[in-house]
Amino acid sequence: MYALTESAHIPVVDPSSADGVFSLMWLVIALPLAGAALLLLGGRLTDRWGHLLGTATSAGSFVVSLLLFFQLLGREEGDRQISQELYTWIHVGDLDVGMDLLYDPLSALFLLLITGVGTLIHVYSIGYMSHDPRRRRFFGYLNLFVAAMLMLVMSENYVGLFLGWEGVGLASYLLIGFWQHKPTAAAAAKKAFVMNRIGDTGMALAIFLFFVTFGTTSFSGISEVASGASDNTLNALGLLLLLGACGKSAQVPLQAWLLDAMEGPTPVSALIHAATMVTAGVYLIVRSNFVFELAPAAQTMVVIVAAVTLLWGAVLGCAKDDIKKALAGSTMSQIGYMMLAAGLGTAGYAFAIFHLLTHGFFKANMFLGAGSVMHGMNDDVDMRRYGAVLHAMPVTFLTFSMGYLAIIGFPGFSGFWSKDKIIEVALTENWIVGLAALLGAGITGFYMTRLMLMTFFTNKRWKEDVHPHESPSVMTVPLIVLAALSVLAGVLLLGDWIVDWLAPVVGHAEHHEPPLPALVITGIVVLVVATGVAAAWFLVGKREIALTPPQDVSFATRAARADLYGDAINEGLVVTPGRHLVSGLLTFDRSGADGFFTGGASAVAAIGGQLRKVQNGYVRSYALSVLAGVLLVVVALLVVNLA
Amino acid sequence: MEFVKPTIEYAELWPILVVFGAACLGVVVEAFLPRERRHLTQVILAGAGLVAALVGTVIVGTGLTSLGDGAARGLIGGEGTLVIDGPTVYLWGLVLVFAIGGVALFAERRLEGGVSAFSGQAAALPGTEAERQASARGLDHTEVYPLLMFAVGGMMLFPASNDLLTMFVALEVLSLPLYLLCGLARRRRLLSQEAALKYFLLGAFSSAFFLYGVALVYGFAGSMQFAEINEAVRNDVDNEAMLLIGMGMIAVGLLFKVGAAPFQSWTPDVYQGAPTAVTAFMAACTKVAAFGAMLRLFYVAFGSDRWSWQPMMWVVAILTMLVGAVLAIVQTDVKRMLAYSSVSHTGFVLTGVLGVQASSELAEGQVSSLVAVLFYLTTYGFSVVGAFAVVTLVRDSAGEATAFPRWAGLGRRSPLVAGAFAFFLLSMAGIPLTSGFVGKWAVFTVAMSAGAWPVVLVAIVASIAAVYFYIRHIRLMFFTEPEGDVAAVTRSSPLTSVTIGVCVLATFVLGIVPGPVLDLATNAGDFIR
Repeated sequence: MYALTESAHIPVVDPSSADGVFSLMWLVIALPLAGAALLLLGGRLTDRWGHLLGTATSAGSFVVSLLLFFQLLGREEGDRQISQELYTWIHVGDLDVGMDLLYDPLSALFLLLITGVGTLIHVYSIGYMSHDPRRRRFFGYLNLFVAAMLMLVMSENYVGLFLGWEGVGLASYLLIGFWQHKPTAAAAAKKAFVMNRIGDTGMALAIFLFFVTFGTTSFSGISEVASGASDNTLNALGLLLLLGACGKSAQVPLQAWLLDAMEGPTPVSALIHAATMVTAGVYLIVRSNFVFELAPAAQTMVVIVAAVTLLWGAVLGCAKDDIKKALAGSTMSQIGYMMLAAGLGTAGYAFAIFHLLTHGFFKANMFLGAGSVMHGMNDDVDMRRYGAVLHAMPVTFLTFSMGYLAIIGFPGFSGFWSKDKIIEVALTENWIVGLAALLGAGITGFYMTRLMLMTFFTNKRWKEDVHPHESPSVMTVPLIVLAALSVLAGVLLLGDWIVDWLAPVVGHAEHHEPPLPALVITGIVVLVVATGVAAAWFLVGKREIALTPPQDVSFATRAARADLYGDAINEGLVVTPGRHLVSGLLTFDRSGADGFFTGGASAVAAIGGQLRKVQNGYVRSYALSVLAGVLLVVVALLVVNLA
Repeated sequence: MEFVKPTIEYAELWPILVVFGAACLGVVVEAFLPRERRHLTQVILAGAGLVAALVGTVIVGTGLTSLGDGAARGLIGGEGTLVIDGPTVYLWGLVLVFAIGGVALFAERRLEGGVSAFSGQAAALPGTEAERQASARGLDHTEVYPLLMFAVGGMMLFPASNDLLTMFVALEVLSLPLYLLCGLARRRRLLSQEAALKYFLLGAFSSAFFLYGVALVYGFAGSMQFAEINEAVRNDVDNEAMLLIGMGMIAVGLLFKVGAAPFQSWTPDVYQGAPTAVTAFMAACTKVAAFGAMLRLFYVAFGSDRWSWQPMMWVVAILTMLVGAVLAIVQTDVKRMLAYSSVSHTGFVLTGVLGVQASSELAEGQVSSLVAVLFYLTTYGFSVVGAFAVVTLVRDSAGEATAFPRWAGLGRRSPLVAGAFAFFLLSMAGIPLTSGFVGKWAVFTVAMSAGAWPVVLVAIVASIAAVYFYIRHIRLMFFTEPEGDVAAVTRSSPLTSVTIGVCVLATFVLGIVPGPVLDLATNAGDFIR
């Protein structure tokens, strides 16, 4: 393999300490955290106004973020990294982990995205969850999530980042399983939990390796000395971080939990599983640019994972009839684009973040739109029972269309600018991944058009007692705001603003000429997307849509419906062997130990004198195991030393 | 023959002597005081003895003088049999603090309606008329307090011993009262007595190995003193097999006490069968004392032969963590789950034992494995005492209800108690912002620095598997609909509730600002060699 990028100058994180308005940055996290604490500990006392408080803390946090952002705009480029030390968390000898915050151009954008979209979704949830008796608790969890996510992007070291990382995982688990009376929701929560643990192992190991290699876990410390570490160490670090990113961002091979996570309430899907949390992996890689720039093998691996995922997700999106799962497949695929850009190094980091922001807007918009449709269709998610919703829900339709045009990359809309840039950079750096990205854009055009047609156009296939109606304005206003952002977010690229803005964090790339003129590439992308859209029009729009999924379909469709056998692969490789191991150990434990004891007092009384005889045997078997242990210890000592 | 009067360093040894003195006094009280006045007297005697010893420990600790040019402070006393150095004093403090918690739990009488959790008349056969009479008269075994004090004395002696024989004597002094205490439960007496018998038989079995190992090491080194054994290990290359076999057998005795795999088989049965107050005391204090002794033996006596015993410890640590985590997943009883969880924690501490040792071998400012292990023991002790204290509160008509289904929905009926339990579990799971996280972080980093990354890898995998069963229990308490009979939280006297409160507070504070305690452990310095 050849290196995908030449190493350019890698910026060092070197923040100045916080003063003036910046000394308020802790408030951004503290507000939602206080909200969560009040709502979750306050109990029923807070039932009546809990949702308002939750929304207010999130909005307050947004206001502070805005203030900080404008302050930062006013600063010199070289002076845009500010840190605030709250207190020393762990300090002993070398090990010095501070509760330190870092505010720089990268975290500034994240703060706006998280608190801004977060607040809109809080507002929307007031309407969406109005009939739920546990609404207060829901808002408490949402606040908790926002606080943890802010911690993740504001921490100045990997330990603090890990704290946020675990926090969003916990909030996500609680929210996916929020409707715990549904067994599917409980199972989905568990699955997300387990798969994320695998990713977290990678994160934890990476942090230890950071500490062992560099003696610190802070970004500033590591970025300063990263170039001094060996190639193998850096590659290992990169791969471990990638494993963490794969778990949180649902990248192959840890992708299977995201589709199931759609069991959670729709605002949750919009906030956590589309706009913010699942993009944490991208943040991690961009933030760790000082590692990845020096670890070409890990970077290559990021690109491979991303390319596979962007196609994998797109294929899933084509086959799903559940509107939320189709959108989830698309999320997976779009995060693949971001990871791809991040894996391309300095040339791509800024575009990864750019696509992350635009995607945050249009995907949140579409998820909330889907929620609005479901709200009108008695919570049915099957697109085969939708059709012609357009007239019943004009506002939802309009806002959803904006999101649709943005995601397929219709010229002028935000997604057009961000995706086009990624494809261009990919083609420049490596034409194979470039083609994969191009193909992905075509498939995106197909599945999104299919979703649009099946939902809003074609004939009515509603169930009998369904009477779709427009949602209340508390739900449509956030939709309108997000729709406007989906259209307009492209302005961030005006004059390469976002590239320059992020340059203090990720560095300036040397300009490489793309293989074709940029305009030609854009033309090709638009053409490929148009082909996808047209294909959907002829294959879905012009045909009768069956009420139940047809069974006489090709192998490819069947594979896509089965999530490309992602679960089967997990089952075969991990779950089944694991289960056999546990049951084997269990049998061993039972025969050796457990048996009668677990029965407790009643069993003891009933079996009475019998038990004592049996019990003697047990001690003997224990003693035998001790003896075996003695042999093990002694033999291990002798073999290691004398052999 | 001239008789030389032995010199005893009373100024440094008096905390131990106070504990043993209070224990002996307790026996006298038992013999001469009328029954109705014994309980209060014994509790006061034990409590005062422990507090006095704790104060003494602090005084001794601040007064230790630096020895030579190393990082070690303190002295070798008792005619060369005992070492009072920084780690000793720190471990004494830990044992005493947890023992005070133990006394508070022992003295709790409100939960059983006016009597303690200990059998009214241990000699009466279960299910007989004698037993019924004893319980009708409201009898109480107040001998438990002197027994506890003797055990505490042994636990203080154990990590302070400077030769193999003292270590063996200390091991027996701490073990014998524990065997008895395990058999004294008021409820489920058969279970309790069997636990005691098992613990005794297996303990005696492992002690025999320990003693045999002592003999072999003496044969190799020609001395019982740790410093001289170290000298022999350093110089002598003959008879290495004898040393290795001896070392292995001594290790077995210690590994048995801390409940490391494959010597863990007694743990679940004994933890479950013993009265819960005893379990709490034993789980925290025995582990502290035995790890202290293990550290001293392996760092001081066998320290220069590190490369020969470390691979064996690697295997044991890995095995312990995996066995503990995997078997905890399949448990359906709270006490057994906590027992297996304690097995896996033993594995984590062993991971720390594998780290780089003396601060003289480290770069300036790096953490030594001694500090990491001491800190881990501190965090774990508070969580485990607190967790078992909560277990004593959750009861139904038949006493403590430890089966999982009984705990379903507890969080809705008693959010405060269930919340405290959940907090202890989160700490044991090592979730950030609890003490367990900092502890795990410390032991993992020292092991990583020493190059034991395969062990750290397994440790992370095991702790992640462990998160599963801890969270599952939290979900059971807060999110599961109760079915059938459920347990309720019984109102306790301040003794138990204050203990739980202190443990919650310690777990919380050590997670948020662990600095002062880490500094304390760092200041404890090195072992005297």
